[in-house]
Amino acid sequence: MALPSDYPEPQQPAAVAMRSVCKRFPGVVANDDVDFDLREGEIHALLGENGAGKSTLMSILAGLYQPDSGSIRLHGELVRFRSPRDAIARGIGMVHQQFMLVSSLTVAENVALGMPEPRFLVARSRIEREVHALSERHGLHVDPSAFVWQLSVGEQQRVEILKALHRGARVLVLDEPTAVLSPQEVAAMFEALRALVDEGRSVVLISHKLDEVLRAADRLTVMRHGRIVASGMPARWTTREELARTMVGRPVLLDLQKKPASPGDAVLRTSHLAVRGDKGLLSVRDLDLEVRAGEIVGIAGVAGSGQRELSEALAGLRPVESGAVELGGRDATRWTTRERIDAGLGYVPEDRAVEGAVGALGIDENLALKAYRKPPLARGWQIDREKMTQIAKERIREFDIAAPGPSTAAGTLSGGNLQKVILARELSAGPKALVAAQPTRGLDIGATETVHKLLLGLRDKGVGVLLISEDLEEILSLSDRIVVMCQGRATGTLSAQDANPEAIGLMMGGAASEDA
Amino acid sequence: MNAAGWHTFVVGLLAAGVARGTPILFATLGELITERAGVLNLGVEGMMLVGAMTGYGVADATGSAWLGLLAAMGAAAALSLVHAIAVVVLRADQVVSGLAITFLGTGLSAVIGAPLVDSKAAAARLPSASIPALRGIPIVGPVLFDQNIVVILGFLVVPVVWYYLYRTRAGLHLRAIGEHPAAADSVGIGVVSQRIAYVAVGGVFAGMAGASLSLAVTPGWVEGMTAGQGWIAVGLVIFAGWDPVRAAIGAWLFGAIRRLPLDLQGVPDLPLFRNPNLGYFLNMLPYLFTIVVLIVGSRESFRRRLGAPAGLGLPFVRGRR
Repeated sequence: MALPSDYPEPQQPAAVAMRSVCKRFPGVVANDDVDFDLREGEIHALLGENGAGKSTLMSILAGLYQPDSGSIRLHGELVRFRSPRDAIARGIGMVHQQFMLVSSLTVAENVALGMPEPRFLVARSRIEREVHALSERHGLHVDPSAFVWQLSVGEQQRVEILKALHRGARVLVLDEPTAVLSPQEVAAMFEALRALVDEGRSVVLISHKLDEVLRAADRLTVMRHGRIVASGMPARWTTREELARTMVGRPVLLDLQKKPASPGDAVLRTSHLAVRGDKGLLSVRDLDLEVRAGEIVGIAGVAGSGQRELSEALAGLRPVESGAVELGGRDATRWTTRERIDAGLGYVPEDRAVEGAVGALGIDENLALKAYRKPPLARGWQIDREKMTQIAKERIREFDIAAPGPSTAAGTLSGGNLQKVILARELSAGPKALVAAQPTRGLDIGATETVHKLLLGLRDKGVGVLLISEDLEEILSLSDRIVVMCQGRATGTLSAQDANPEAIGLMMGGAASEDA
Repeated sequence: MNAAGWHTFVVGLLAAGVARGTPILFATLGELITERAGVLNLGVEGMMLVGAMTGYGVADATGSAWLGLLAAMGAAAALSLVHAIAVVVLRADQVVSGLAITFLGTGLSAVIGAPLVDSKAAAARLPSASIPALRGIPIVGPVLFDQNIVVILGFLVVPVVWYYLYRTRAGLHLRAIGEHPAAADSVGIGVVSQRIAYVAVGGVFAGMAGASLSLAVTPGWVEGMTAGQGWIAVGLVIFAGWDPVRAAIGAWLFGAIRRLPLDLQGVPDLPLFRNPNLGYFLNMLPYLFTIVVLIVGSRESFRRRLGAPAGLGLPFVRGRR
């Protein structure tokens, strides 16, 4: 692996120089002696797996955390930020992964929030004019008088960038900015960012998506386990494979080997399905869906297109407004969750820590959550705990779950290991159909690989898998058919051969495909 | 009853309703501001009682009702700060702390105020502020311009609160810290300090509410004299969807409902109203309403639809999501 000093020094003056930064949280060293250099006029990608410490490092730069030790120089001058306010005052703007926007306020009000001007009275029209001018100048189009809750995720992101620019940001940090965008929105955002750095600003792009950073960034810094493993290497000097190896610390197989599918009868079907969301509005409308035995159907869409409501309605956790759900050819619309489980429906929920497992219970008990009612675990009205422990030990070995023992509380496991516990539970129930919602969100590359292999193995055994994911690459590499959702409707169905990110991206934005 | 009789009845009911609604109005606006900042304070009843007792006691001792009003505001604010420190700084459960404030306030006011009960010496009262030029206007005159000064103050404070919330920079920040404290923090707004300040503002309003009871609307001090009006205020905030104008209308409406049983006793020629038990049922109405609103309003989805501040009831810790 190349050492930091192997690369030629860039010519531009330094914007930010962080030296020997350390930050500890209880039980974790998030940043261990980290050096980071950002030049003026560059897009610098900060890469690493979840938990590598990238967000922590940038939160220190943005004044959200105080470093335990180390120094920050801004344009050569030693600075110390006690709060986000200090960092903003010195021209550092951070766009967080979870947007820091007040949804009940308008775009203009959000931009004006916290500004020293106006001192007392807020004249909406004046701020709206200013925001409009700013958005036109930077090609970040958004209606200043709209309420934030009315905006799409892509528009909200533009508001966040405008907010930082309005505060005179010279250094812009974006935390996983593309996670929630369609491919077209991603392209537009990178274009806007390029225009910003051409004016002499600097952009830090926190990401774990290799293709994107190779496309958008000038230089790359890679972190692993709180340390820098590659510093400031020019993007054109490296490849996707080399980056992945640097990130993970071992060679990674990026492309999955997939056998052709041999689909059978429909195991899960919806017709004209409509489901209401938390606010009482229809989140899924008129959705026709069919998953056959032995295939993976991927649901693509930007965040909040109705995916969560759909998966909950299929699992029986959310009432169906109208339309029907069929399991194995039988009408299951009014079935309880337990009836669906008994009919062979497996479910991997989106929020694995809250819905997928009971954190306070042991691995063994979590594994038994669906099987405890029947032999061999049920013994009359009692539970055979010895049998439970024995089965848990087998599963831990079989699924390679890293845990001290079968009675370890599920809440103490890492995301990847917890997901393995959940998959072990769902898979051992012998499902006919499996609904997997965001099964690899937040998992590291190794755990993602395992989950993908498990899902493909399930498909090859003749299970119908519905894969709901916001990760387009995941959808493209696993699915046999892809259904794109936009605002609760299916805007298109594609076979794996015909699918490409551009076509899906258009449908994610609402454009229907010709054959839909 | 003839036309003149009805006129007297309606005007009397409206005028008295607005007067009786004023303490509820202050308490509701105070709780509304506190909740808009993201803090639920169920201690309104206790703070009102402390305000009423302090106001009456200080007015009695000094002979100045204005001093009494100031003292009431200060005392209730001090009590609210206990809540602020418990929930904003120490991040205690807001419901538990609020209930504790109500118990504390009820008990404190009863113990300290015991010598004041039945003190027949006419303590100073807040003056009435009738405007001779305007009070002659039919209906509107006696309802709006022939009232105690606190009632007039109530009329004035509603647009002020509305303007502050929706048109000023500080009001924008207030709404932001209640809706999305992390967002407010990320742009440099001091969430903790402002939340403490707005809990104290809620206390000041509750103190005014208490003092306007004991120094103007029903002068004197009796243990537990607020009789649940603090709880009505908590319910009204939800009912009003956290909007000050709707809160004001609701408060005055409740004042009128509280007054109705008294007035109806003077209307003998309506057979229905002759039933002596009717009064009890009418008296029950505000509480029944409060119970219903609090039960319905505790449903998460319903609150979202009404427009509850998204950060209401949740402590803020920087860096935690």
